[in-house]
Amino acid sequence: MSEKKYWQGFGELNEPEKLQKQTQDEFQEELPFEGFDDKGLLDAKAPRRDFLKYLGFSTAAATIAASCKIPVNKAIPYANKPADLIPGVPKYYASTYVQDGDVIPIVAKVRDGRPIKIEGNDLCSFTKGGTSARSQASVLDLYDMYRNRFPSRKVSDNKFEEIPTFEQLDKMIGDGLIGAANAPVALLTSTVVSPTSQEIIDAFLKKFNGTHVQYDAVSYSGMLEANLATFGKKEIPSYNFDKANVIVSLGADFLATWLSPVEFAHQYSKGRKIDEKNPVMNKHYQFESFLSTTGSSADERFTHRPSETGAVALALYAALGGNTPAPVIADEKLKAGIAKVASDLKMNAGSALVVCGSNDINVQSVVNAINNLIGAYGKTIDWSVSLNYRKGIDKDMKDLVDKMDAGQIGAIFIYGANPAYDYYDADRFKSALKKVKLSVSFAEKMDETTQLCNFIVPTHHYLESWGDAEPKTGCTSFIQPTINPLFKTRPYQTSLLTWTGNLTTYEDYFKNYWTKKLGSTEALEKTLQDGVLETAAAPSSAGSFNGATIANAATAISSAKKGGKNELVLYQKVSIGAGAQSGNPWLQELPDPVSKATWDNYAMISMPMANELGIKLDNDYEYYPEKPVVKLTSGKTEIELPVLVFPGMNANTIAIAVGYGRTDKLGKAAAGVGKNAYPFSSFNGNTISYSADDVSIVNQHKTYKIARTQIHNTYENRFEVVRETSLATLKKDPEVIPEYRKELTEEYYKGSEGDFRKNATLYPEHSQPGLKWGMNIDMNSCVGCGACVIACHAENNVPVVGKHEVMRAHEMHWLRIDRYFVSAPFQPDELQAVVFQPMLCQHCDNAPCENVCPVDATNHSSEGINQMAYNRCIGTRYCANNCPYKVRRFNWADYTGSDSFPNNQIFTGVGELDPVVEQMNDDLTRMVLNPDVTVRSRGVMEKCSFCVQKLQAAKLNAKAENRELKDGEAKTACMMACPTEAIVFGNAHDKESRISKMRNDNPNRMYYVIEQLHTLPNVSYLEKVRNTNEIIEVNSKERQEEADATSFVQGPKGLKI
Amino acid sequence: MIPCKPTSRKLTLFAFFIFIFSGIQLSAQDGKALFQQHCAVCHNIFKPMTGPELMNLEERGPWSDHNKLLEWVHNPAAFMAKDPYTTGLHTQYGIIMTPFPDLTLKDVDAIVSYINGEVAAKNSPKGPTTGVAGEEKPSTSSNAVIFGVISLILAIIALILMQVNSNLKKLSDDKEGILRPEPVPFYRNKIYIAFVSIILFIVGGYYLTKGAIGLGRSEGYQPIQPIYYSHKVHAGINQINCLYCHGGAWESKQASIPSVNVCMNCHKAINTYEKGPKLYDEDGKEIDGTAEIQKLYKYAGFDPKNSSSWDPSKAQPISWIKIHNLPDYVFFSHEQHVRVGKVQCQTCHGEITAMNEVKQFAELSMGWCVNCHRQTKIDFNYDSTKGNKFYSIYEKFHDDIKAGKMDSITVKDIGGLECQKCHY
Repeated sequence: MSEKKYWQGFGELNEPEKLQKQTQDEFQEELPFEGFDDKGLLDAKAPRRDFLKYLGFSTAAATIAASCKIPVNKAIPYANKPADLIPGVPKYYASTYVQDGDVIPIVAKVRDGRPIKIEGNDLCSFTKGGTSARSQASVLDLYDMYRNRFPSRKVSDNKFEEIPTFEQLDKMIGDGLIGAANAPVALLTSTVVSPTSQEIIDAFLKKFNGTHVQYDAVSYSGMLEANLATFGKKEIPSYNFDKANVIVSLGADFLATWLSPVEFAHQYSKGRKIDEKNPVMNKHYQFESFLSTTGSSADERFTHRPSETGAVALALYAALGGNTPAPVIADEKLKAGIAKVASDLKMNAGSALVVCGSNDINVQSVVNAINNLIGAYGKTIDWSVSLNYRKGIDKDMKDLVDKMDAGQIGAIFIYGANPAYDYYDADRFKSALKKVKLSVSFAEKMDETTQLCNFIVPTHHYLESWGDAEPKTGCTSFIQPTINPLFKTRPYQTSLLTWTGNLTTYEDYFKNYWTKKLGSTEALEKTLQDGVLETAAAPSSAGSFNGATIANAATAISSAKKGGKNELVLYQKVSIGAGAQSGNPWLQELPDPVSKATWDNYAMISMPMANELGIKLDNDYEYYPEKPVVKLTSGKTEIELPVLVFPGMNANTIAIAVGYGRTDKLGKAAAGVGKNAYPFSSFNGNTISYSADDVSIVNQHKTYKIARTQIHNTYENRFEVVRETSLATLKKDPEVIPEYRKELTEEYYKGSEGDFRKNATLYPEHSQPGLKWGMNIDMNSCVGCGACVIACHAENNVPVVGKHEVMRAHEMHWLRIDRYFVSAPFQPDELQAVVFQPMLCQHCDNAPCENVCPVDATNHSSEGINQMAYNRCIGTRYCANNCPYKVRRFNWADYTGSDSFPNNQIFTGVGELDPVVEQMNDDLTRMVLNPDVTVRSRGVMEKCSFCVQKLQAAKLNAKAENRELKDGEAKTACMMACPTEAIVFGNAHDKESRISKMRNDNPNRMYYVIEQLHTLPNVSYLEKVRNTNEIIEVNSKERQEEADATSFVQGPKGLKI
Repeated sequence: MIPCKPTSRKLTLFAFFIFIFSGIQLSAQDGKALFQQHCAVCHNIFKPMTGPELMNLEERGPWSDHNKLLEWVHNPAAFMAKDPYTTGLHTQYGIIMTPFPDLTLKDVDAIVSYINGEVAAKNSPKGPTTGVAGEEKPSTSSNAVIFGVISLILAIIALILMQVNSNLKKLSDDKEGILRPEPVPFYRNKIYIAFVSIILFIVGGYYLTKGAIGLGRSEGYQPIQPIYYSHKVHAGINQINCLYCHGGAWESKQASIPSVNVCMNCHKAINTYEKGPKLYDEDGKEIDGTAEIQKLYKYAGFDPKNSSSWDPSKAQPISWIKIHNLPDYVFFSHEQHVRVGKVQCQTCHGEITAMNEVKQFAELSMGWCVNCHRQTKIDFNYDSTKGNKFYSIYEKFHDDIKAGKMDSITVKDIGGLECQKCHY
């Protein structure tokens, strides 16, 4: 039996009274008048005269506005309308998001010639329509005003000059290649997954006798080489998380950033969906050094130092009966964990899987040996299909840099790689690059490496390109252009073809290649329409494991240097990844799933370490954006970073996200955001290690502001927001939630008769004669990846507000993902679980916001939508104050540039908006806006609309075709983006719809947030279940009374009349 | 002291109010809309089209009785069987009128009074253009003027009488030796000043509000277009289907203006304008149709003498001036209205087949939209054989209809007045 506490920040644990006090001022904002000396309007120096001034100004402004003539609008049709294009009707093109080797088949929605939204391609067998935050945000990169707009040539250190035509460029490069004739040519790229590009590269290299080096910012070289040692193949096999009953991850963040997170999250979630009649689910153990996104979803977590990763793997191998001596594990908890995991793996041999995020050959070899012992090969790991996402070998890159440094490389062509920023020894690369006579970058943007090259030959954005990608053996996903190139750019493949002497364009080359392969143009057209081409899956193969190197690997691990007092580990955030898209404002403003921080990277430290550094985890630490700054030193590398303290970290580990600290040439969104952590990585002789063994950390006793969204939107001590239980408890005592609901219902029934819904409100019941939209969110499937948040951004024109506005709790996300830590009371560091809860407008049938609006700007539709009429809103914010879910967002400033007064974005009273807002309001960037959704101006409230524009479109389609609306036709953007199918949406009146079935099939887990307020939401949740044997004491009534006693607002109790 | 008796004050007030309100007319919006929606496709008020002109229809046949008219409209074939007048019409025009079973007696009354109003307006061209309100209130424009003049005269008489009264009172008081102050002249009398101020405030406020509401509305907007394109010639005389050029109205939110290549589909062959009626612009200047076609050729880059060498890809788009502007925060779909709602183009765009240069017919205000949503019945599937099958999910309405609680479903019933049907 155990008790639990759900908490979001340290203030809540340590100083609840103070937090309560501070959060009550959530919506208090002083008016930005100057000269009142804080005395209020009436006591100010000249209140009457000021009043008259404002009055006079507004009257004059209104008069001027009123006397303006109606502008003459032009309607200019096409000169020649393409036959298949209907203005106002979106078209969808299948394409593929390819970034640093990440491959996600997508469908781009194109409105009047502009791609405006990325959706997953559900014909793809492995993503099933899932997307990631980064792929969702990639459409904004297309309209990035900081893209390289033309080919250019370096004339002096920092100056580039446009090359007017591609012919001139080709001549210059041709001359350069002749000049470099005696020295070899090198082509440096990120992992190439395209078969046609590979052919073109091969031809190019053949002609110039060059070498091709594939380089990944975050390398998987250790894994590739371990597979070479143990299986004889320098490849990565495919993983079947869906076939695994027990999943053990040794630091692999496979739900967020590791290899192919969309695919893995989809597979993983299959095992997390529970049939209530027979509740079973997969078991996920995570061994890691810090609190990762994947670790947050784990059933059981064990922490260790980064330097102990090998020891943990080896100990697990030994415990499973591996033929090596077990290393000494000092931490008792970790030791017990390894024993437990080993016995669980043994029991589930053949349906278990161990993955490891380490980039060390020895560790990965041992992991392979473990997987071999538990019979994973051929079952949960399949050698018949290899994953092509990452192919970079660290040693090759090291050799290349050595050669460049020695002046042995005559010309270098760089595509998709940015070692001047993300290489472990970037300075050496930079100086080596200077020794290469001809350096050409194909980069879309002016990144750190491109700035150093002689020539920039910008390639197309993928939404402008043709192409193909083969992420897995036998599965090809195609890229086709969705818009004419915006700038004077050329696909890098065409450039390579031209320089090879082949005068076909890449488009023709691609079409010829595939027409030949598929047999006909029609076949190619059909394939392009589908977007993916999958050949029948080969029977899964176990490969042939060769354990000869394991003993050596074990010795190497055992004799590895022990870490110092503090160690450091680098990780990737789900939003920024390795850093390629860090100029993307949507991604920068996406709160990290674990830290809820935007616009920065920081050092994640543990609670004991915070204690040692003298950081007090009081409410002020949590409430104010100022965070203590520390100086981290490892060898010659030292950086100053703010710290954020987390429970559930290894006590001596510091974790820092890579991908930050970019050049300001990437745009206003990237400028000055975070610090570059790549210099902490090091080369261990074979591979790059993304951790540092001995790091000193010193409190600098100064502060730095971090914009976190965590303490915004507090529930003011109301509980029953998040519900979480263990599998054992669910089996033992399944009807906790129904019983709680019964109690509540009886409470309301008291002294009244008839309908529960009717009796619980003073207001007339809303009739829903036809449709009633409803949403269900399965918290057990949600992994917190944030794809839905970005999808909502793109679909609903949600503005970006910038760091300073986020710090003032002005972020505009319609959909946020709340993160809750679960621990026993007074033991915050003994983290039991982390729960992610997507929170959006609950569309209450008995909505508290509707009743308080003085102008009826928010009201209820006959389809169950709590609707918001922006033009009616006068900005009183009563609704937001009265919303128990805190999901309403107020436009404090003109974030979208939609006001008619051009200077409305400058506020002398409250500080100017961040430059990134200006970037978002550029004419080019605004091309991403969805024309079907109003762009809101300053002073109005907004919130989730259930993507009403999509619902209306779906209804209209059905009406136009004279048929009933089919289930699944009307979808919200968040639902479509979700890789784990956590969100289900549909007509709740239809008994056969997925939403109805979901609610009916899960009576014991289905609940509404803060149900006791009787707001009758249309969004339901399924309780989070952790697969543990722990029995959680549940007695809702007692818990409620206890909470009431500690509650300051007396919320739930007060409402029980 | 107040220099007049309360009764006379009341009278004056009354007179003033009559004066003010006699100018305000109730609109015949319903009749107009109904006419455009149901009748205008086949009938013109003043001249025969597919069907006879509707001018003075009450003087013909049995139509002075609106119940008979309603019966006819509901089921023309059945009515014709027993009525010789309509049988005659059938032989004259060769077709039977489309039945409109949805129309009610009130609708028919409204349509007839709209027609009468139009006829009256044509006969007295100086009066205001709006028609009549209904049969029971035959207050035409001339009546309004008469009322206004009478009120004004009465008000002046009342004013004079009050002055006379106060002067007489002064005289009689003087005679009786009661000391009274010199009467204040009316222009310095505070009562009068207050009274006039209030009146000015009310009248001014009325016009200010009206003007403010009308801001951004442009009913009757008729800009000069780059090419004198006559809808009357194309859609009226030559009866080109609206959707031939504005295909988007069927399948998109935007009806869209046709591209040059659509114009050239016909105008590659039609080089001159000869047979049609003479065209005049708004100022009465005659327009040379052939010259206007030449303008199109200039945009298209087309040489009629060498038509085979035309390259459509060289065409230049025409910058038409947009007439119907909805604010950006309004979502309006032509597909929803034209294809699903089966609304005639003329309902919102007016009698486009009679317009040479298009002008904005409707005010395109929210009140105008909402009024139509209140009245328009949807293509509800009252049973499984008819109506749009989408509405079969509205179980409650089907039950209510069976139970006799409802007889028809309007746009309003399915949420047509809700904010997020148009604003999102």
